[in-house]
Amino acid sequence: MSSTVLITIISLSLLAFLSAVILYFVAQKFKVYEDPRIDEVQALLPAANCGGCGFAGCRNLAEALVKADSFEGLSCPVGGAPVMAEAARILGKTPPVVDPTVAVLLCNGSPENRPRTSHYDGAMECRISNSLYAGDTDCSYGCLGYGDCESSCKFDALHIDPVTLLPVINDDKCVSCGACVKACPRHLIELRKKAKKDRKIYVSCSNCDKGGPARRACKVACIACSKCVKVCAFDAITIKDNLAYIDAKKCTFCRKCVAECPTNAILEINFPPRKEKAEVAAENVN
Amino acid sequence: MLKTFPTGGVHPPENKLTAAIPIEYLPVPPSVVIPLSQHIGAPAVPVVSKGDYIRTGQVIGTGKGFVSANIHSSVSGKVNKIDFVSDSGGFKQNAVYIDAEGDEWLDTIDRSKEIKREISLSGEDIIKKCLESGIVGLGGATFPSHVKLSVPTGKKCEVLIINGVECEPYLTSDHRLMLEKGEEVLVGVTILMKALNVSRAMIGIENNKPDAIGHMSELASSFSGISVHPLKVKYPQGAEKQLIKALTGREVPSGKLPLDVGAVVHNVGTAFAVYEAVQKNKPLFERVVTVTGTFVSKPGNYIVRTGTPLSLLIEAAGGIPENTGKIINGGPMMGKAVSNTDVPVVKGMSGVILVPFGESVRKETEPCIRCAKCVEACPLNLEPYLLMTLSERSLFERAENERITDCMECGSCSYTCPASRPLLDYIRLGKSTVIRMARERNLK
Repeated sequence: MSSTVLITIISLSLLAFLSAVILYFVAQKFKVYEDPRIDEVQALLPAANCGGCGFAGCRNLAEALVKADSFEGLSCPVGGAPVMAEAARILGKTPPVVDPTVAVLLCNGSPENRPRTSHYDGAMECRISNSLYAGDTDCSYGCLGYGDCESSCKFDALHIDPVTLLPVINDDKCVSCGACVKACPRHLIELRKKAKKDRKIYVSCSNCDKGGPARRACKVACIACSKCVKVCAFDAITIKDNLAYIDAKKCTFCRKCVAECPTNAILEINFPPRKEKAEVAAENVN
Repeated sequence: MLKTFPTGGVHPPENKLTAAIPIEYLPVPPSVVIPLSQHIGAPAVPVVSKGDYIRTGQVIGTGKGFVSANIHSSVSGKVNKIDFVSDSGGFKQNAVYIDAEGDEWLDTIDRSKEIKREISLSGEDIIKKCLESGIVGLGGATFPSHVKLSVPTGKKCEVLIINGVECEPYLTSDHRLMLEKGEEVLVGVTILMKALNVSRAMIGIENNKPDAIGHMSELASSFSGISVHPLKVKYPQGAEKQLIKALTGREVPSGKLPLDVGAVVHNVGTAFAVYEAVQKNKPLFERVVTVTGTFVSKPGNYIVRTGTPLSLLIEAAGGIPENTGKIINGGPMMGKAVSNTDVPVVKGMSGVILVPFGESVRKETEPCIRCAKCVEACPLNLEPYLLMTLSERSLFERAENERITDCMECGSCSYTCPASRPLLDYIRLGKSTVIRMARERNLK
């Protein structure tokens, strides 16, 4: 009885030792070298795997960063400058200069501005509605409002407003990963350069129709009257396909175009209220 | 036993309310808006400009490229402008606006009622005539007919199949055409046979139109090579591949064309248009449209000029009933709801259905329980529930492997789904995405 136990223990121990030796040599033979810095850089990244950097996940960006000669074109929009600086420090490279951006919606067609003319009751997804018909208003370019962008946002930064039926972007939460830009079948979301105090001036319209039909479809449509182009002293505004566009890099936030726009298609956001002319005069006197 | 296609299919209530109502001419409208893209392929290029006086039947847009079609004026009058118009989906497309001043036809068009059976043109000239006259498939797909008639070298057409099935519920335009213009249709078929150089033509008609079957069989006895075949009633028998299978037993392989099994399919409406173009020199600018619906006060079959506003046509049928929920362009299975009634009647519009509220509203979607009713209903042996899920999750590569591009969008799956899931909506999305992906891949 005792000898059976003894033989079992000895034979199993021998087997275990033999396997360990074989495994050791196999492991040596098939060893894959991985740069330890990849793990280090990955630990810095936000682990959101949002794909905003253009790679499938954070690990892939970390690999690319370690492999790359310079950080040109590589950047984590979620972590932003601090994360990239830290990664650059570990890898001994210079961090890229990337302007932080934020998503803005290029449509302001709330039911009040853009009356509904028909009703859609198919599958409630923008991409499906868009493939079938122009939308429940006369504007075939504007927001459909079924929330493909909302469901694509992993950062809870975007919600459809129940009154305006348009997505509202929370600037503090938006990391400009670009998921909503890709999700919108009508390409209505743009990543614009962030300015101080989150100030924004942009043409909130995407209607490429001529002025007449555009205006008939929506009160706040850009009618390409080019008044803003004339008033802009910095050549920041261009008109293409019956639609004005303000270049965020050239714009100095003087707000002249906002006042000039006859349809209020240009939005100014996070600015202090305008002073009336009388008030300005009174201030000057004082 | 009657012939039919073997797999899948559904049998929706037929509701052919207008089957006994003779075709009526709709008066010439005071103004028309003629879209320059009424066919599959490149839009036509306008050849008239503002202020031009044009006559009925005159070319106003010429086809660009091989897969395209000419567009003709349907009235005589002055061109008001060339501008955008909303199509039935609400998307803008280029169109010619014409203010009608009477109805002065081109002198070349033979307006006599007499039926001309003698075909003087050669096969090649017939194809040329179809191209000039802007003939497109009038079954609904509006594929330019001259393309279908031009058999590429190396392929041979053995049989011409004429689609008189009209498997969509409600629609009766082809039915009435066969009853009232049967002889013209048969001359048209003979012309098509000559163009394709075939000696045999089969006309398929579903068994719910016994009068049309009787009438056409009787007339066909005096034409050589044309035979009429009654078919069992089953949707979608009017689909090209299903009809070929039902009539000849040949199956068109996935991704291939009917010509690969030696068949070419044309609609009876197209055959009639070809007759008018070749024998009467009359281009395609009017067609039979069924206006119907349970509550429509004067449903009927109307010959309508293209470009007529839909509202005028509905008015002729007694106006929009109060409880209308949707107005559908086409049949109830494959048609699409129109977003406004200002849209012009186009070549591909076979019917207008005014659906009352209770029937138009979609039921609430419930989860899929894998009952496989959609799989049973699919005439193409696809798995609609799977294709829908793949599109929903944007797994388009897998959808491509599951042959999503084979889908012809007949809607049998959505019709049969007990959980009222929007199967076709998602499959359409997946199909268009996969086609785009494949095109981009080919460009690389």
